Amino acid sequence: MASPEELESTYFVAGRDFTNAGKISTAIMDTLKRLGVDPEVVRRVAIASYEAEMNIVMYALHGTMSLRVSPHAVTIEVGDEGPGIEDINLAMQEGYSTATPEMQEMGFGAGMGLPNIKKNADEFRITSEVSKGTRLFIRVNQIA
Amino acid sequence: MPILAYQKAVSLAQVRDLLGAEVFCGEDLSAQVGQVGAADLMSDVLALSKPGMLLLTGLASTQMIRTAAVSGLCGVVLVRGRKPDESVLALARERKIPLLGTPLTMFEAAGLLYMAISSR
Repeated sequence: MASPEELESTYFVAGRDFTNAGKISTAIMDTLKRLGVDPEVVRRVAIASYEAEMNIVMYALHGTMSLRVSPHAVTIEVGDEGPGIEDINLAMQEGYSTATPEMQEMGFGAGMGLPNIKKNADEFRITSEVSKGTRLFIRVNQIA
Repeated sequence: MPILAYQKAVSLAQVRDLLGAEVFCGEDLSAQVGQVGAADLMSDVLALSKPGMLLLTGLASTQMIRTAAVSGLCGVVLVRGRKPDESVLALARERKIPLLGTPLTMFEAAGLLYMAISSR
């Protein structure tokens, strides 16, 4: 077991705050490293978390990310208030994006974010309500 | 983003010499580079990079450093003479990501690294 410690923390993410975008995911990464979580697990969580955080910053008004570490898994629950996603199946397709040129100039908005979160997760769930917001559940199993 | 797996690794110090690069930050350049990726699209780096990879990019932003950090990259080389501003440099230092800069284009820099490392 990577770590017997249990931990729960919730972070606030402000929409459109490009200066700080990614700060929470690097903080999550540092926390997991400190707990002695396996480096490959840390990397998968950090990448999935960063993609989710960028999505909040790019599209939503604001959101929260809740990290939970148990001996068996690391989970991140993401909830935002924002435009929501009309067609989740379409949003899950690689290459589909509603990003603006501004987001693309920063190297994002290539329609890879949600598929990449799913790729890095052992369990991934997404629900969304148009004009309300989007919720994600991301679980990465700890390596025994 | 093509990821090149080389037959032999070179150190970051050798990468600096090969590319005539300036070192913006990174005191220890002994890390061995086994893979190099060239991309301006951070989405590609997040989706395709491997831990320990070296990134060649024209994007000198804080998002690029955070992308390198979460992806576990060994360092970043800015191409075409791009300079990091103070916020980018401060973040690279904080995250301990070696940051280099070369006047070469992405194509030239990638070509030189490929030739140096893939030749037996």
